[in-house]
Amino acid sequence: MVAPVDLLDRKLVFVTGKGGVGKSTVASALALVAARRGQKTLACEFDAKGNLADFFSAAPTAWEPSEVQPNLFAMSMDTEESLKEYLRLQVKIPLVARIGPLARTLDFVANAAPGVKEILTVGKVVWETKEKHYDLVVVDASATGHVVAQLSAPQAIGELVKVGLVRDQTAWLSEILDDASTTGAVIVAAPEEMPVNESLELAERIRTETRVDLAATVVNRVLPELFSRDEEAVFAALREPDTVAALEAAAGGPVAPILDAAELAVTLRRTRSVHLDRLREGLRGVPMLYAPELFTRSHGIRATSQLADALAAELGY
Amino acid sequence: MARRRVTDASSSLEALLTANEVVVTCGSGGVGKTTSAAALGAMAASRLGGRVLVLTVDPAKRLANALGLEQFGNVESEVPRSAFTDAGVQPRGQLFAAMLDTKASWDDLVRLHAPDAATRDAILANPLYQNITGKFVQSHDYIAMERLYEIHSSGRYDLIVVDTPPTRNAIDFLEAPDRMADFFGSRLLRWLTAPARSRVLNYASKPFYSIADRILGSQFLEDIGEFFLLFQTMYDGFVERSHAVARLLEDHGTTFVVVSTLEPAPAQEAEFFVQALTERKLHLGALVFNKVLPTDLFSAEAAKVADRLDRDAAPVAEAVADRVPDVTQATRVLNEVAESFLNYRLVASREAEEAARLGAKAEVVATVPYLADDIHDLAGLIRIGAYLW
Repeated sequence: MVAPVDLLDRKLVFVTGKGGVGKSTVASALALVAARRGQKTLACEFDAKGNLADFFSAAPTAWEPSEVQPNLFAMSMDTEESLKEYLRLQVKIPLVARIGPLARTLDFVANAAPGVKEILTVGKVVWETKEKHYDLVVVDASATGHVVAQLSAPQAIGELVKVGLVRDQTAWLSEILDDASTTGAVIVAAPEEMPVNESLELAERIRTETRVDLAATVVNRVLPELFSRDEEAVFAALREPDTVAALEAAAGGPVAPILDAAELAVTLRRTRSVHLDRLREGLRGVPMLYAPELFTRSHGIRATSQLADALAAELGY
Repeated sequence: MARRRVTDASSSLEALLTANEVVVTCGSGGVGKTTSAAALGAMAASRLGGRVLVLTVDPAKRLANALGLEQFGNVESEVPRSAFTDAGVQPRGQLFAAMLDTKASWDDLVRLHAPDAATRDAILANPLYQNITGKFVQSHDYIAMERLYEIHSSGRYDLIVVDTPPTRNAIDFLEAPDRMADFFGSRLLRWLTAPARSRVLNYASKPFYSIADRILGSQFLEDIGEFFLLFQTMYDGFVERSHAVARLLEDHGTTFVVVSTLEPAPAQEAEFFVQALTERKLHLGALVFNKVLPTDLFSAEAAKVADRLDRDAAPVAEAVADRVPDVTQATRVLNEVAESFLNYRLVASREAEEAARLGAKAEVVATVPYLADDIHDLAGLIRIGAYLW
């Protein structure tokens, strides 16, 4: 396995993937790995639900970053705040009074004109990268599909808007987004049919519709292999009815359900490995990190921390 | 064949499908939502009869195959009767399937509402229109609901099962009709579509334009203005239509089925969705839990044995020494098997807690166990359908 040693040495990492595959968990864990390495890290959630905080067992995140772990700050995206900041920093509009209605109306244009809302979203994290406020910005980006519009926003704006301040902004945005040593995208996938299909489609779209480098894939929730080939034969022998009876007599309790559950575990792993192979085949050349299924009751920072340990090991730290 | 809502509480998905004309399945991605929608459609067509349509968004190829269709199109096509008979079923009714093509549906909508051929062509050729229909994420949500309305009011079907698009936010599509109406009815739109000359003279909008010009550039603003001007000709049609779509969702013949696995993230999304339905006074018909682990995992005696084997399996392996090739290997296998049992038991109990908590929120709860094989034919769909029924 080739570990992408440079993943966390970039400055801006977008973590994306189909909903439900553990995208936010992985983004949080990667940010935690970086922070533990001593990088001052910002974790930014694009879909502003404030859920990112759950993964650090912290209070809900907001626009203003808060330190959720040593060296690790978290924030949620808010396009209106982003617009205000942009107006203040770039357009140098002093009339605060005017910003309220303007933001509302522009928000409206943004909804209708593709690219505007996206650029306010992406613009913020690229700005943080440009200003070097953090060593690394990890983005819990939008799920499949929408992230492509966000990452290609500078090009979209470039096509639609011919003059004006917004257009002037696209140059430095592109410079940072297009530079593979600075920016990378990570696709989180689960080894199941639909998630793999969608990951492959997403990879293709990132490659063709954006200029952002596909830095790595994280395969989440990989199931452990229970038996070697020899042991499979032993397992089959143990499942013979007579043998089960002997086992139950010796163990003084039911063994059959335990063996049945193992059979299910083997089947689950086998089903998933077919999809994993497809993913590996389709994404040849993209470094792949494997995150194990964590059979754990814990949530929050405890689970994030366990995943961070696994990812750190995969990254060779 | 007319359907009426039964007066007593629906106690099964069968009753729910009998009593309603529109069933909307929703939930986060990857939970088997599309499969559930197809399974419900297949069951309704085979058991209840009538004309049943499954309207889906982005089916896996094998699902299209499962419905006996080489490919879904924006047009409805009938699942061949032979697909049922191959599955050993004599269907009482007919099953149809269609896939949503956002771009094609938008174009249809423009053709429907455009006042004349010139406006229609100008809109279809407008670069902003192309961009909006192609990339504007929410347009997908609206068009799904709009298409549902169109098909429903055609009266061609007794039951329509709609598989909702994967949204960033599960409630996006519920709000889509209202948002679309707001959008076309907004003051901003009137500003943007006011002739350029009066715009400059309009004191109220001048500050906005001078700032917006600096930020976006006047050319872009003019492009937007032109686009909206064209679109405004369709204003009445659109607004009326989106209100009608919203009414259909609230109609007493429409019910929602929330599909989820019992994993933390999808379950959380499902809960959020149930809440959103309640707040909007929409009818939550049923909850479907998919890919549920077997109940064997809850046996306390088995757990006790697994615990013992996990610590030391050697004595038990010794008892079957004559039946296995190698006792050391058997010990390791028993050990491994016990650990795995305990791992899955933990997951299963976490899921059971989730099922109890979420399940309390709906009158009808259906559970589909984890099935090792992917569904690739109608027989598979009917097998799933049997768990739902």
